[in-house]
Amino acid sequence: MEVIIALVILAILVAGGFLVAFFWATNDGQFEDTFSPSVRILIENETKQDKKH
Amino acid sequence: MSILLTPKTQVQCYHCGNDCKDEDILSDDKHFCCSGCLTVYDILKDNQLCGYYDLNQNAGVSLKAKNFNGKFDYLSEKSVETELLAYQSPTQNKVLLHIPSIHCSSCVWLLENFHKILEGVISARLNFVKKELSLSYNPLETSLKEIVELLATLGYEPQINLEGSTKKSKLDPETKRLLFKIGVVGFCAGNIMLMSFPEYFKFNLENQSDATYQRFFLYFNFLLSLPVFFFGASDYLKGAYYSIVENLKKNSDILSVDIPIALGITALFIRSTYETLVNHSAGYWDSMAGLVLFLLVGKWVQQVTFNYLSFDRSYKSYFPLAVKVKNQDKQYKNVKDLNKGDEVVIHHQELIPADSILLEGNALVDYSFVTGETKPVRKSKGDFLYAGGRQMADKIELLVQKPVSTSYLTQLWNNDSFLKEKRIPTTELANAFSKYFTYLTFLIAAIVGVYWYFNDASLVWTTVTAVLMVACPCALTLSMPFTMNTTMSIFGRNKFYVKNQGVIQLLTEADTIVFDKTGTLTESNSGQVRYMGVPMTTYEKSVVFSLVSQSLHPLSKLVAGHLGNGEAVNVEFFKDIKGNGIEAFVDGKPVRIGRIGFVKNSAENQQDTEVHVSIDNQYLGYYTIEPVFRSNWKALLNKLSETFSLHLISGDIDKMKTKLQPLFGDNMRFDQTPQEKLDYIKELEKKGHNVVMIGDGLNDAGALRQSKVGIALSEDIQAFSPSCDAILDANNFEKLGDYVKFSKTSLNIVKLSFLLSVVYNIMGIGWAASGVLSPVVAAIFMPLSTLSVVFFSVGVTILVAKFRKLR
Repeated sequence: MEVIIALVILAILVAGGFLVAFFWATNDGQFEDTFSPSVRILIENETKQDKKH
Repeated sequence: MSILLTPKTQVQCYHCGNDCKDEDILSDDKHFCCSGCLTVYDILKDNQLCGYYDLNQNAGVSLKAKNFNGKFDYLSEKSVETELLAYQSPTQNKVLLHIPSIHCSSCVWLLENFHKILEGVISARLNFVKKELSLSYNPLETSLKEIVELLATLGYEPQINLEGSTKKSKLDPETKRLLFKIGVVGFCAGNIMLMSFPEYFKFNLENQSDATYQRFFLYFNFLLSLPVFFFGASDYLKGAYYSIVENLKKNSDILSVDIPIALGITALFIRSTYETLVNHSAGYWDSMAGLVLFLLVGKWVQQVTFNYLSFDRSYKSYFPLAVKVKNQDKQYKNVKDLNKGDEVVIHHQELIPADSILLEGNALVDYSFVTGETKPVRKSKGDFLYAGGRQMADKIELLVQKPVSTSYLTQLWNNDSFLKEKRIPTTELANAFSKYFTYLTFLIAAIVGVYWYFNDASLVWTTVTAVLMVACPCALTLSMPFTMNTTMSIFGRNKFYVKNQGVIQLLTEADTIVFDKTGTLTESNSGQVRYMGVPMTTYEKSVVFSLVSQSLHPLSKLVAGHLGNGEAVNVEFFKDIKGNGIEAFVDGKPVRIGRIGFVKNSAENQQDTEVHVSIDNQYLGYYTIEPVFRSNWKALLNKLSETFSLHLISGDIDKMKTKLQPLFGDNMRFDQTPQEKLDYIKELEKKGHNVVMIGDGLNDAGALRQSKVGIALSEDIQAFSPSCDAILDANNFEKLGDYVKFSKTSLNIVKLSFLLSVVYNIMGIGWAASGVLSPVVAAIFMPLSTLSVVFFSVGVTILVAKFRKLR
């Protein structure tokens, strides 16, 4: 049954990964504009391909 | 095609949704209210971007009476362009533009497709919340001027001014740190709660594997709680430490609310560590982590603001970025580089950027925004002109006398009140409470300790720590930010935008309201020409324009400027009759423009500031520059005078004194300079009054700053308003009384929820003192009390707002 201890530690590490992802997103400015991405997804690129910045 | 059932007069413009009252242009079976809107439609159609209208109906921005001709010419000047650019290279330039008129998803769609409209634009990305568009373009194919002009044509005129040339920072580091803390503490709290469950379902410690698990979860929780205590709660611990030090040094006698909080958290931490390491039994880790998480969330809620609004504007965002110069090798010069001796050219409707002497042309300057004086001032050659006025007549040439930063107007910003930060209450109310609270907690803890010492000495340690733990005023500190945040968003929906939560509190303390007249009690475009009467056709407008543009009378100049231009008409027998008006025959028909007695051929009397018009002996109406009072201003003032003492300070002359006398009595001052306005507020405050100042212009900036709460009234909340604590949309001016009343209500709701949290505390202390507060009870009771207080305060606030008919 000691496997549960290993699982708990593993679970914490996975969750910790998401915590790091949250930090990264905050630093990257993901939460600075919460409206335009919802519209941006609807924009179709029919003529030119957008350049990634 | 179906038949339109609505009468023709109510046709909506396909682009902007305004009624097509004066004009109605039909194109592609669609109606447009003006040629500007049609132009935008055509541009979008040519570029297959009509999806703009599919996302939102009538999404466009009205383009009526906008004329951008030559307005952005200064952007072609290299030094000006460089100042605006965020990044520059031979093939790619980047620029960040603030565009106030962004308002819906169509805007995002159109602006992010900007590269399809203009060749040379590489990409465009919009931050909707901040209303900022970041563009990158190829300087070989297009220019900044071209981009800005096209944006303006489409109705998205970027705001470019002296202030805008300094780059804005991103999320401030303190907010970011708080977000990190919430992330870490949230992570730990969730895991601690999960790990605590097994303990609550009772282990059988005789059993070998149960005992292993119990130890494992115990130490795991201990490890997870370390960042909660040392990182998450660090602000409270530090705050408490400083407050205690200040008190010991006798610098202050306020016990910050951080003290009881830190006390509670520390008690939780020490007791739990003891339980874990010495007793090897469950601690109160989940209670502690939950508590810190709630506190941090409350702190975050407290600093939520309307970040798309700017409350801290100085004169800099009112002045243009560049101005046309004459005696230099280049055409345009940055306004802040202007020096004595520069010759500048100012066109119709442009701002005078610096104190200067008039060299050439006729100046008719509207100072209403700067001084509150409603009548445009006439100046002639050699006269001295102060910076900030708007030229209403034709082109003039000026000789600059002083740089912008030292001009008469901008001196106001060197005043003391601009240098020191305004006092914003955040935790004052809680602090006042905390003084008694802390002492009371210690007292109860001491009594409990003494009681158990004589009855069952083994329980002293557990009961005393339990009392300190449960007495932590978490709910108390949370009710304030949550109530005020709800109030703030209710105000926001009603177009009253406060800078932060402290302003609501300050508003409740007010006992005196000081009004500005021009632009506040009256409508702000008062220096501008307004037409009253039978609507005129384009032809009739051309007739009026052709006559007034030939007259030298200042009013004629104003009307001419208002009309802008007109078609050519055949004018004969032009006569300028002094003191009466103009008479002429246009296309064979008699036309009279001027005083009402002259135009109507009667003995009627009129105000000085009206220009009447009759064409072919038909009286049409008049142009006026008379300021118009806001609707329901009297009702509002009457209502406010029941609870506040009202004052009026105006930069204008006292010609409306009799009209205002019954409302303000003797509390009126006219002909006030911005400095005198500031001093008047100072004087009132010296007498012990808490002053709310309501103004709109640069002339009120000092008074707004000096007063406890400065409210700027604005026709367009995105446009310039002087630095203030709150911005009120002018359309909701009459509701001001309701807002002040509601802020008092919210403070009462906060006090009520304080009471509720005290009831909870008494319950909790009861348990703690009797020694029955187990970790499970604490883990259920503490978050539940906190949440119920938060729900109570938010719910009641929303209910009261509904009841008061605030949306």
